[in-house]
Amino acid sequence: MSSRIPLAYNPKVLELFRNPKNLGKMENPDAEALAGSLACGDMVAVYLRIDKQTQVITEAMFESYGCAANIAASSVMTVMAKGKTLEDAWKISWKDISDDLGTLPVVKSHCGILAVGALRRAIRNYFKDKPAPAWLPEKPTPDERHAVEEERLLEVLTKRAKRLEAELNEESPGGEKG
Amino acid sequence: MIYSDMTRDIRALLDSHGIPPKEVYLDSENSGMVFPEALDAMRAAYLESGQGHPSITHRKGWEAYETLYTSTLELAGAMHCKPDEIAYTHSGTEANNLAIAGLARAAPEGRKKIVISAIEHLSVVFPAEALKEQGFSVVKVPVDREGFVDLDSLAREVNKETLLVSIAPVNHEIGTVQNVRAIIDLVRDRDPGIKVHLDACDAFCKVPLDLEASGVDLASFSSHKIYGPKGAGALYVREGIELKPIIQGQLSTQKLWAGVENVPAIVGFSTAATLMQGHAGEYISRMTGLRDRLINGILETVDDTLLNGPRGAGRSPDNANISVLYCEGEALTIELSLKGVYVSSGSACSSRILEPSHVLLAIHRKYEEAHGSILMKTTPFHTEEEIGYVLSCFPEAVNRIRSLSPFKRGG
Repeated sequence: MSSRIPLAYNPKVLELFRNPKNLGKMENPDAEALAGSLACGDMVAVYLRIDKQTQVITEAMFESYGCAANIAASSVMTVMAKGKTLEDAWKISWKDISDDLGTLPVVKSHCGILAVGALRRAIRNYFKDKPAPAWLPEKPTPDERHAVEEERLLEVLTKRAKRLEAELNEESPGGEKG
Repeated sequence: MIYSDMTRDIRALLDSHGIPPKEVYLDSENSGMVFPEALDAMRAAYLESGQGHPSITHRKGWEAYETLYTSTLELAGAMHCKPDEIAYTHSGTEANNLAIAGLARAAPEGRKKIVISAIEHLSVVFPAEALKEQGFSVVKVPVDREGFVDLDSLAREVNKETLLVSIAPVNHEIGTVQNVRAIIDLVRDRDPGIKVHLDACDAFCKVPLDLEASGVDLASFSSHKIYGPKGAGALYVREGIELKPIIQGQLSTQKLWAGVENVPAIVGFSTAATLMQGHAGEYISRMTGLRDRLINGILETVDDTLLNGPRGAGRSPDNANISVLYCEGEALTIELSLKGVYVSSGSACSSRILEPSHVLLAIHRKYEEAHGSILMKTTPFHTEEEIGYVLSCFPEAVNRIRSLSPFKRGG
């Protein structure tokens, strides 16, 4: 794979890859969201426990299917979100995450964007069956849109893959073996 | 390397990673291990007989010329060609570029079509595609699920407008060994005026390859793929085939690649070729045995794994490429690295272009299968004990990466 270029990470990315904070699936979260896609090789699940009176995030957890930068960015995102009100958590930007990681390699900045996109989507999900607060933008922010774009790409790719699969099955009956 | 990307401290990263107590390097696809004998020969060439410029008229120049000539004779023997048919470059990538762009520059009117397979190395794909700007068309012939070129499609694509057919006898990523004889015969049968180029970087010294007997027109070689140093490559140009140089400058002893030959690296290249051919039986059988142990060991101990590429004689002796489902490949390469096992991945995340391997997509792997792919190559240097160590690390590494993911089996 001569086109594959390993990327130099900040040591903090490696440290969080080894020992991510707040990793795992939360039982009965108050809000959750999935962002990204398998097709892009990049997916983040976010789970939030929210104090209903104060609207403070008391617990934030994540799961990640992605590279070391994705795992580290998601970990930082949960650490930043925990203890914040939903309104303050909404203000966390991908730049905050990237800065905390000591800047990500340029091609990995989307990992921070995806982590923020997942968090904002979880917050939006929380208000799905509640009156939306004034600070919540009606239209999706660029971070949220980025997550959506990755998913749209997935749809296109899945359709293409299915079409190819169908063509192949016509040509050669029988499955493949590993 | 993009240095502006390097504001972080690479030394701190290495210190944080640490040196694992045991290390096994399986990434010879990307950068090779070097025969100690090749290093010794290079050292002598740097210090004693190869530091001069081989086309300058003084004693040091003549010494360098003699050294270069001796190495060229050895390489010509190993490649089954004449010394004058070897054009030196500094890499396989440069050789592929010279073959395609150099031939295009000398193309006769009316031959504007370049046919390659869907799984060629990017150093073939990119120069071919770049020629579209000059009015050439590029066709990528499909391959089957194991990576074998579809000969019927190839037959449909070659005609009197075709300038060149370029195919790798051994694929760099999935190890598929093509039926080169059938491909050349098919092309010759359709139109003897079509030139055939083999990107032989991964085939040389690993599968039988006789340039003269094959009747091929052009073939690319890379030193580091046969455990010589980086910095040496070669293009075989059959006598009578016309190419034009693609870089300009002072020519040295040859007509196609300007600049001074890297004589010490070429010495290392020829030493490696001589060793590989002298010990072919022993080395190939060792690499094949270790390859199969690696493949079978992983497929047996890790659930939801797929072998990419064919089994048995249709597979290069060194190649093990496995997709691990529900596991992102870049994360797995780093987890394995922390255990001292160095491999590469076809994942989008491990590339700068954020696209998964085009080779794996061409053999109809799904995106998530390509993202979870791991490429390993055995060498004559590896031992049973090292492969045993890799197999002992692999399941644990996969389990850890899978444990991070929201995307699980059946999910």
